[in-house]
Amino acid sequence: MPQPNGQTLREDVCPGKKDKLVQLDLANRGQRTEPTTGPQYWRSLEELAGDPEFHEKMHREFPRGASEWADAVSRRGFLKLMSASLAMAGMTACTKQPLEPIVPYVRQPEELIPGRPMFYATAFELGGYASPVLVESHMFRPTKIEGNDLHPASLGGTDVFAQASILGLYDPDRSQTITHLGAVRTWGALLDAIHGPLNVQKALAGAGIRILTPTISSPALADQLRAVLKVYPQAKWHVYEPVNRDNVLEGAKLAFGQPVETRYQLENADVILSLDADFLYAGYPGFARYAYDFAKRRDPDAGSMNRLYVVESTATSTGGKADHRLPLKATEIEGFARALAGSLAAGANGAANSQPAKFVNAVADDLKAHPGSSLIIAGDHQPPAVHALAHAMNQTLGNVGKTVVYTDPVDANPVNQNESLQELVAEMRGGKVDLLVIMGGNPAYDAPADFGFADALKNGGIPLRIHLGLYNDETAELCHWHVNRAHYLESWGDTRAYDGTVSVVQPLIAPLYDGKSPLELAAVLAGQADPNSHAIVQAYWQKQHPGADFDMFWRRSLNNGWIDGTACPTKQVSPRAANLGTSSAADSPGIELSFRRDPSLYDGRFANIGWLQELPRPMSKMTWDNPVLIGPALAERLRLNSKDVVELELNGRKIEAAVWIQAGLPDNSVTVYLGSGRTRAGRVGTGAGFNFYPLRSSAAPWVASGVQIRPTGGTYMLACTQGEQTMDTPVGARPLVRVATLDEYRKEPDFAKDEEPPAELTLYPGFPYHSELYAWGMAIDLNKCVGCNNCIIACQSENNIPIVGKEQTGLGRHMHWLRVDAYYEGDRNHPKAYFQPVPCQQCENAPCEVVCPVGATTHSTEGLNDMVYNRCVGTRYCSNNCPYKVRRFNFLLFQDWETPQYKMMRNPDVTVRSRGVMEKCTYCVQRINEHRIDAEKAETKIKDGELQTACQQSCPADAIVFGNLNDPESQVSKLKAGHRNYSLLADLNVRPRTTYLAVIRNPNPELEAPAERS
Amino acid sequence: MSDEPVAIRSDRAPVIEPGHTFATVTDKISSIVLTRPTSTGWLVGFGISFLLTMMMLYAIGYLFVRGIGIWGVTIPIGWGFAIVNFVWWIGIGHAGTLISAILLLLRQSWRNSINRFAEAMTLFAVSCAGVFPLIHVGRPWLAYWLFPYPNTMNYWPQFRSPLVWDVFAVSTYATISLVFWFIGLIPDLATLRDRSENHWARIIYGMLAMGWRGSARHWHRYETAYLLLAGLATPLVLSVHTVVSFDFAIGIVPGWHTTIFPPYFVAGAIYSGFAMVLMLAIPIRKFYGLEDFITERHLQNSAKVMLATGLIVGYGYIMEAFMGWYSGNRYEAFTLWNRLHGPYAFWYYMLLTCNLVIPQLLWIRKLRTSPVALFLLSAVILVGMWLERFIIVVVSLSRDFQNSSWGMYYPTRWDWMTFIGTIGMFLAAMFLFCRILPMISIFEMRTLLPEAEVKE
Amino acid sequence: MKRTPVYGLMAEFDSAQSLVDAAHKTHAAGYQKIDAYSPFPIEGLAEAIGFTRNRVPLVVLIGGLVGGLSGYLMQYWISAVSYPINVGGKPPHSWPAFIVVTFEMTILFAGLSAVFGMLALNGLPMPYHPVFNVPRFAFATKDRFFLIVFSSDPKYDASETRRFLESVGGRFISEVPS
Repeated sequence: MPQPNGQTLREDVCPGKKDKLVQLDLANRGQRTEPTTGPQYWRSLEELAGDPEFHEKMHREFPRGASEWADAVSRRGFLKLMSASLAMAGMTACTKQPLEPIVPYVRQPEELIPGRPMFYATAFELGGYASPVLVESHMFRPTKIEGNDLHPASLGGTDVFAQASILGLYDPDRSQTITHLGAVRTWGALLDAIHGPLNVQKALAGAGIRILTPTISSPALADQLRAVLKVYPQAKWHVYEPVNRDNVLEGAKLAFGQPVETRYQLENADVILSLDADFLYAGYPGFARYAYDFAKRRDPDAGSMNRLYVVESTATSTGGKADHRLPLKATEIEGFARALAGSLAAGANGAANSQPAKFVNAVADDLKAHPGSSLIIAGDHQPPAVHALAHAMNQTLGNVGKTVVYTDPVDANPVNQNESLQELVAEMRGGKVDLLVIMGGNPAYDAPADFGFADALKNGGIPLRIHLGLYNDETAELCHWHVNRAHYLESWGDTRAYDGTVSVVQPLIAPLYDGKSPLELAAVLAGQADPNSHAIVQAYWQKQHPGADFDMFWRRSLNNGWIDGTACPTKQVSPRAANLGTSSAADSPGIELSFRRDPSLYDGRFANIGWLQELPRPMSKMTWDNPVLIGPALAERLRLNSKDVVELELNGRKIEAAVWIQAGLPDNSVTVYLGSGRTRAGRVGTGAGFNFYPLRSSAAPWVASGVQIRPTGGTYMLACTQGEQTMDTPVGARPLVRVATLDEYRKEPDFAKDEEPPAELTLYPGFPYHSELYAWGMAIDLNKCVGCNNCIIACQSENNIPIVGKEQTGLGRHMHWLRVDAYYEGDRNHPKAYFQPVPCQQCENAPCEVVCPVGATTHSTEGLNDMVYNRCVGTRYCSNNCPYKVRRFNFLLFQDWETPQYKMMRNPDVTVRSRGVMEKCTYCVQRINEHRIDAEKAETKIKDGELQTACQQSCPADAIVFGNLNDPESQVSKLKAGHRNYSLLADLNVRPRTTYLAVIRNPNPELEAPAERS
Repeated sequence: MSDEPVAIRSDRAPVIEPGHTFATVTDKISSIVLTRPTSTGWLVGFGISFLLTMMMLYAIGYLFVRGIGIWGVTIPIGWGFAIVNFVWWIGIGHAGTLISAILLLLRQSWRNSINRFAEAMTLFAVSCAGVFPLIHVGRPWLAYWLFPYPNTMNYWPQFRSPLVWDVFAVSTYATISLVFWFIGLIPDLATLRDRSENHWARIIYGMLAMGWRGSARHWHRYETAYLLLAGLATPLVLSVHTVVSFDFAIGIVPGWHTTIFPPYFVAGAIYSGFAMVLMLAIPIRKFYGLEDFITERHLQNSAKVMLATGLIVGYGYIMEAFMGWYSGNRYEAFTLWNRLHGPYAFWYYMLLTCNLVIPQLLWIRKLRTSPVALFLLSAVILVGMWLERFIIVVVSLSRDFQNSSWGMYYPTRWDWMTFIGTIGMFLAAMFLFCRILPMISIFEMRTLLPEAEVKE
Repeated sequence: MKRTPVYGLMAEFDSAQSLVDAAHKTHAAGYQKIDAYSPFPIEGLAEAIGFTRNRVPLVVLIGGLVGGLSGYLMQYWISAVSYPINVGGKPPHSWPAFIVVTFEMTILFAGLSAVFGMLALNGLPMPYHPVFNVPRFAFATKDRFFLIVFSSDPKYDASETRRFLESVGGRFISEVPS
């Protein structure tokens, strides 16, 4: 809708000189922030907040602060002041429901009860695939994101990106205005500006119009774009994402002659072989469901365990879960696949070539022994041939229809994205492009280096370049117009999950900064005067679902979070007699360089989300940086140590970066994560880590051979959150994670309990926990845990846990209440890996409580180790005396108390801790109390399972179980009664309430002779 | 201190050089305070230590503004320099009480010439120590919550915590040391009152002397009280460092959880305390020409005490190592390994050198009687004892039960400023003390003179 | 005591020995209210002037008992009565943990009562005392020894007593004005 620009409105709101205005705003801040203020009011003020002059003034209001340390934290500190100015511009006044009707989740009361959160179903999209989520909303302020437990693609689980997107919504660095050449403009001004060019293009049938989008699965948006292409037949729609699935697409074409989506049903798979596929970590389509299905088959006490072989070219958490893991250079994996296919086809072994024949044969035998219940998954980084081979082998093994199903692509526009972008760049240079609309994505930063996209964009002489994005980023900088995009929690839309099920994206809050959705921009291109994303989405689905009951249909879809019957039907495809030729990638002698999506930052779009920057990468536990990961053997040959700085040279392009020695990497292969080293990410992300995109070419997007590594002699500070990644010490190993093979477990079921002290081993009378109504406890199944870090982010979001920045993390002051330890065992080049989530163990004989001089941490009757923040004076004695080191201390003022956005984000049920106070996991006591109150009102007991801690709720593998130990029927009681149950450091006799279920590996006897357990 | 009498008998050097009378003793000592002009050396020394004190105050001010995070402490090493310095200073304090109380009970009259400033040293050391528990907490403005005072929250300290024991032990120790010292001063203050020419000095000393007139009745009660105080201070001084050692022994951290800590902390305390006494006595007797009163014999005896306590401390180290191996506990065993081979190994060997190896030189009589050698040895021992506390506090914490949570400790400049600052504060107080109070107990010196002998 | 313009007669001695001897003689001669002053404690001087009852130890004993009891009872009341709460699974009345504070409180109270008891019994602080009117008394804190016979003594007689003091070797005998 056209709006008058900031200038005039400023005069309306506060007549008089701007100086006066500042005073006035400061004075009126209080009432400005009342929710009652109407849209026009704060929108106009927000326009004004965007005015750089105004910011100038506001900064002069707070001279201090700009001189803080050059640390992420202090950047946040500085940002406090920055956005304090926004606060005065009434920014906090925008806690209001969208104008359009949105529907609360069915489990929750229809009408708002103050203090009671409401849950809305919506969906978070990443790389074209939706994570169906429920958003917890307090007084119309979305505060936390959880998986949609009714949705087949989630079952309650979700991933770190979806959960952290709540911080993205409130990120004060998000672009907040439409700009033209850096100056603040209005939506109306933009409409005027493109009106002319569009008319001109009408005459040319849109020959000069190019639209560049990231992968899009949204039916409505695709429909809009196609509408645009109808109006302008000559216009072109290009698609590019740096982390794309071209290989999968090409592999499918190679195998079936058509693009198909491959979907796996891991619950049916007894034997799984992953060819470099990291399907157990966020970012892999369907991860949440896959993790659930995989974990379901890891329980040795229920049904038969599956067996996972992983052949991979880097260290991933998927490899960490493998029963047998074979590190191979990425280029050798095709050879492996061929050898395997050979021995599968040949029926007899021996076809193995240079690859470790033993492994190939063992896997082949195992696969052949499980026809129809085996599964081979090829990784996105592997060339099409490997995918084709995987398809072929699954076919041979008769897995199709059982563990593998094929459907039409979820991607609305399945094209080879590298080629698509290449074509676009060529036309840009060729001067064929008059109007370039970049709808999301950040190609100027992440396009393949050899395309020179940024250069083409800057010097291609394109008359009109429009960028739509959440951030005013590297690409926005090179465009005439930047339109601030509405966050998915602010706007309407739709998207598809990995199985094709469509979710309607419904906003939880009116756009904080009046952002625009791609739908609206597309509609404008299509010629609509005043587009409204809600109307567009609804109209589209009205078309799909004509009839009188549309309202019901619509309500139900919003209720559930998905639209019934939209899942892609499985389709029968038969692989052509695929001529795969011979191994395309001959083993190259040199060192190879693997590019991977960053486990925490994906392709860099999340670089400004502090939670993710500080989220330890699953295997290296690295935060805030993406060093070059290098195997121990290679590091030794190159005389490199962790934190050394090296110069990487690839085809003449050079980059300096730090190295980190990572166990389990194949020899002669180094891995780098994409997505760091941003230059315009925001105060958190800018400058963090190294940018490896300049080394990445369209020819070798995932694996490049012949990289040169030269030590520069310098060193670089890296912030790793884990002290030691082995349980071994020079005086013997420590049984922190207890492990046995399936056979050993069958022989000696109680192997994990050997250090458990008898219950009567105490001098004290003891407290009558059993006579209470509840005795809270937790059991964590290490066999199910896939190390996906979900619990960490869930905890951070639920409990208002601050981030501390790189320097502080490096000192060991990170605040995660729940950490996931990754331990390696055995030869560092071929290690076994284990994950162990460690929250507070809630010891009954808590060592921390005894030493607190002021009684700030004491025990509740229900067995919780309570932490009284207000009483804590901060002696840190409790932390010293905590054998699990799960207590976290606010060494400095880590919490951001000023930024209004963060105030809106916080969980109102959890205290926001200040400086000098100890804090730790509370078993989400706020959730316990909420449910206890409800139960008391209903005069019942809390039912098992209805009360979940945040970590438990977020766990896609159901590895964390929390409940009432006084109820013998509760799931946690049953688990604790099981054989595998053991408590960490049991010999200390601190009686932890949190216990672990030991790891049971399921090795292939052919590869691992049953050894005597020492 | 069972070997004290031995130390005396084996030695014939006089406690006070011959030729002194009541008058000379009195004049000699009181003149330092009353008539002797302030030397430039004193001014320079005091100036420097005063500046260091200011530096400490600045560091503490910044600490209060920014938070404990400006120090090197972290998780898992929640205690750093602050606690190390606290234990170190408290330990140093012990020598004073030992000399004035225990040696008094043992009738070691040679103590009379060094007990006064040894007690002063105790007082100042304890106040330096007292700084740290106060400022090392995360919210210093709430540190008073450690005291049991009636409050609207109806909330009390938690008496199972060794930190609360510390509060009581240290505050009791400070109080008793103060009154003990002051009681000892009263007769000498009276002397100064009667000696001083300056009007104001008379008034001030007069007030402090509380009208002391040396009446036989007063002397009688006075000596009883003094003796009783000594009797009380003796178990107290032994208990204080025991309680301090509980801060660690009560914890379950491998390297802390040790029953030998109490005796070995006390011995260590006396060890470092006597080292500090010598480091002060040797220059003082030189500059103020008090060789007559602080004689070779005092140096020798102190040296012998150091040798003895040093050996006890050494025994402590050996037992720690032995238990690490003998307990068969995998965590204790690793702590031992970590001390010997871990990232802090160098400092552990430094500690052994300073506290165990070098002090063995004290077996040599020549060195025991050479002020310079003793001064240097004392310095080495003080460094060693500081390192011992560093090893116990920091190294034990740096690598405990969970390999995943091991860490390293890097002191920051604020840590150093605070530590060095307290040394400055200590010296500044000593300088002032030497200038305005008799640093040797005059009346007790008089009793050492032959004329003081009275037969019925 | 009954106030008289003269407080007493003071004699000076120049050695501890002579003072003690004189004191003995004076006391033997039946003088009750006498006192001796010396720059340092002299063995047996107090007995010589007939001072035997010293109540300081009793005060200290009482102080110590009070301290110890209040220390333990405070902890018991706080931990087991006023605010009983589960701390690390230990019972509210964890007596072993209370020993330290009890001990420290005993010492503290005993020590303070020793000091203040002694001062109180000595009547200190005392801003004014007649003996200071004797100019030479300033040497009492250096190297001179004094013996005084108070005028309140029943046997006191200005000339008689002066003669007696001279006989026991006292010098510079002077009347002490009150």
